[in-house]
Amino acid sequence: MAGSGTAHLRDPADTLLRVENLVVEFSAGRNRKVHAVSDVSFDVMEGETLGLVGESGCGKSTTGRAVMQLPHPTSGKVEFEGVDLASLSGEELRRTRTRLQMIFQDPISSLNPRRRVRDLVAEGLNIWNIGDDASRDAKVREVLDAVGIDPDAAGPRRPHEFSGGQCQRISIARAVVTDPRLIICDEPVSALDVSVQAQIINLLEDMKARYGLTMIFIAHDLAVVKNISDRVAVMYLGKLCEVGNPEEIYAAPAHPYTAALLSAIPVPDPLVRPREIPGVGGEIPSPLAPPSGCRFRTRCPRATEVCAEQEPIMREVQPNHFVACHFPIAPA
Amino acid sequence: MSLLRRRRSTEFIPAADRYPVEPLAGALLEVTDIRTHFETSRGLVRAVDGVSFSLERGKTLGIVGESGSGKSVLSRSVMGLLPKNGVVRSGSIRFEGRDTSQLAPDDQRKLWGTQMSMVFQDPMTSLNPVMKIGNQITEPLLYHLDISKSFARETAVSLLSSVGIPEPERRMKQYPHEMSGGMRQRVMIAIAIACGPKLLFADEPTTALDVTVQAQILDLLQAQQRERFMAMILVTHDLGVVAGRTDEIAVMYAGKIVEKAPTRTLFSQMRMPYTEALMHSIPKLSNPSHTRLNVIPGRPPDLVSPPKGCNFSPRCPYVQDKCRKEEPPLVRAEAAGHEYACWFPAGTPQGRAALERNVVAGAMSGVTAETVRVGTTPIGGGIKSGTTTTAPSTEGST
Ligand SMILES: Nc1ncnc2c1ncn2[C@@H]1O[C@H](COP(=O)(O)OP(=O)(O)OP(=O)(O)O)[C@@H](O)[C@H]1O
Ligand SMILES: Nc1ncnc2c1ncn2[C@@H]1O[C@H](COP(=O)(O)OP(=O)(O)O)[C@@H](O)[C@H]1O
Ligand code: SF4
Ligand code: SF4
Ligand SMILES: [Mg+2]
Ligand SMILES: [Mg+2]
Repeated sequence: MAGSGTAHLRDPADTLLRVENLVVEFSAGRNRKVHAVSDVSFDVMEGETLGLVGESGCGKSTTGRAVMQLPHPTSGKVEFEGVDLASLSGEELRRTRTRLQMIFQDPISSLNPRRRVRDLVAEGLNIWNIGDDASRDAKVREVLDAVGIDPDAAGPRRPHEFSGGQCQRISIARAVVTDPRLIICDEPVSALDVSVQAQIINLLEDMKARYGLTMIFIAHDLAVVKNISDRVAVMYLGKLCEVGNPEEIYAAPAHPYTAALLSAIPVPDPLVRPREIPGVGGEIPSPLAPPSGCRFRTRCPRATEVCAEQEPIMREVQPNHFVACHFPIAPA
Repeated sequence: MSLLRRRRSTEFIPAADRYPVEPLAGALLEVTDIRTHFETSRGLVRAVDGVSFSLERGKTLGIVGESGSGKSVLSRSVMGLLPKNGVVRSGSIRFEGRDTSQLAPDDQRKLWGTQMSMVFQDPMTSLNPVMKIGNQITEPLLYHLDISKSFARETAVSLLSSVGIPEPERRMKQYPHEMSGGMRQRVMIAIAIACGPKLLFADEPTTALDVTVQAQILDLLQAQQRERFMAMILVTHDLGVVAGRTDEIAVMYAGKIVEKAPTRTLFSQMRMPYTEALMHSIPKLSNPSHTRLNVIPGRPPDLVSPPKGCNFSPRCPYVQDKCRKEEPPLVRAEAAGHEYACWFPAGTPQGRAALERNVVAGAMSGVTAETVRVGTTPIGGGIKSGTTTTAPSTEGST
């Protein structure tokens, strides 16, 4: 395996969510398996935002969905509020979902087109019979108002009448209406224009403060992730590479993949020449047959034979900065 | 390192010999006041509304703007890729000094087939899924150039290797679905450069790709461009992508160019409040976590009934009464080649005074840009499709 270990986990007493050795595999027929998530561990403290970043197909969404038990992971433990979610019955698990919500990337198609905005937002309250009609109505108005949507004008309308940014606001209202503790945001701004993206990022920060939320923020844009996160986990081909606080990781990436990702970002400044630091060639290998040892070795400029034979295990290189690599980049 | 770096291409570059070439000095492409309007049930969609620019040989022009600002319609207008019906167009497009609308149909085909070519965002929809890669490259070669089949094949192989595709011989026999997104985009580039164009349009060529692959593809485009002395128009919504890779940038808003400047000038002396707002809304790696982002309130105007005066006035922090009445013309700034359309430009005394007036007025009424509510009017843009919005069944929305 490549990039496992639990050295970066904190005291379970302090964490709202603790994910240990998460594995998700999908059958791909003819005895083949998609190794979507392979032994991933992380935790999130109350009030914290964990940014999960990596390129497409690396397993970010699968990780998010596995936390929600959608579907149940192949193996590994997901502990939310101290309870192992795998041990819950279907009914208990569904009840947990009022406190554990998810927002998706495609804002328009993730909302049922036939339902009115008002009903879409009220859904969580109606399913669980939370409050009476009047208090439900008041709650729906409150959350719509909080996300910047006029409840009177927008309430009776349907999703297709709204722009992508507005639909994402509605999805956020829908997620916060049941007073969740943890929200998993799966690429909530990736489909939006930069101007709308800024509006939604600011809104998520406001919602977090207003409703005391804890968040997992999944994205492929490193600048976006840095902006919103307290802790960042970098993922590659179903494994975690590096975990730590964003300032530290971005200033001094220790994992060669993180460094490559950072150097590939186009910087909106013409005085910065693109690619001063060499990037990586090639593309992400198939998760059907991930490389042995370290999964990044086929593209890694620092790889040696050891990397093909042994999987690097997560270890602390600086206080609260963890990396899974045999030859991490030393801070300058 | 990308393969491209290791492999120097030595292959033959076919000259598109039958197109009548005039050895002219001056601009390669000259676009003057073009308008492309679509007739829809809601009325006329003014997708491109009076755009002019010119491009020299070998240079790169970046076109940036939010979704629905008309970038793709502009590219398609120049490339002759507009639908036959329901389009009202005017203005002139001159290529090597000749008005393209005056060319004989045969010469037009030659022009669009060999002299100008295009790379689209989504290689999967622009490649033919049931045709082998090799044939997709040799087909235009055989159609446009008077060469033998075996020579076309040889050329295709060397083109594939020059765009960094390993084992080109084997890849020739594969179908698009057998390749990754990055590989397919390399194939698209190989097809686009096959006939030796003088102008390459790249419409969001990397929007669908991962950041490490995006960097590889942008490097590849740049290398091919230098090697072949092509002019390039790079269309994108990402200011980061154009910053390091263009000579000049045009910012589009609601079908018009609102600011145009040499790349460095644009970033150091932006005058148009829209350009400034767009820059400021991008999260920057150099900022600490939880830095509040500057937002542009609201969204781009409906192109069927754009606001009176300046198109940006409903969202502009500098807006004054004059802006709501009179449309600002594109004027020259101090720096060479810099133009903008604004009555109260950023970074000038008039601009500062306008902004100050608004801040004072805003403080009195308790309204700040961020508290402006959305959701009271039906949709406009918002989704970064990056795709080419062709037939808007959703009536002008993007
Ligand atoms: N065939 C068409 N008929 C009617 N309207 C059209 C047509 N094609 C495009 N439009 C409209 O023209 C406007 C500009 O579209 P265009 O595709 O050029 O935007 P863009 O800047 O490329 O956006 P994106 O960043 O999303 O690719 C939009 O309002 C779009 O709906
Ligand atoms: N339901 C599924 N069946 C088979 N493979 C899947 C399924 N969902 C995801 N995958 C595969 O798992 C890997 C990780 O996918 P995903 O979690 O969606 O990545 P990300 O969100 O990081 O882009 C990919 O190779 C993807 O194709
Ligand atoms: S040096 Fe080895 S262990 Fe570290 S990222 Fe590269 S291949 Fe993996
Ligand atoms: S003309 Fe007025 S509204 Fe338009 S950009 Fe300039 S200041 Fe803003
Ligand atoms: Mg995903
Ligand atoms: Mg477009």
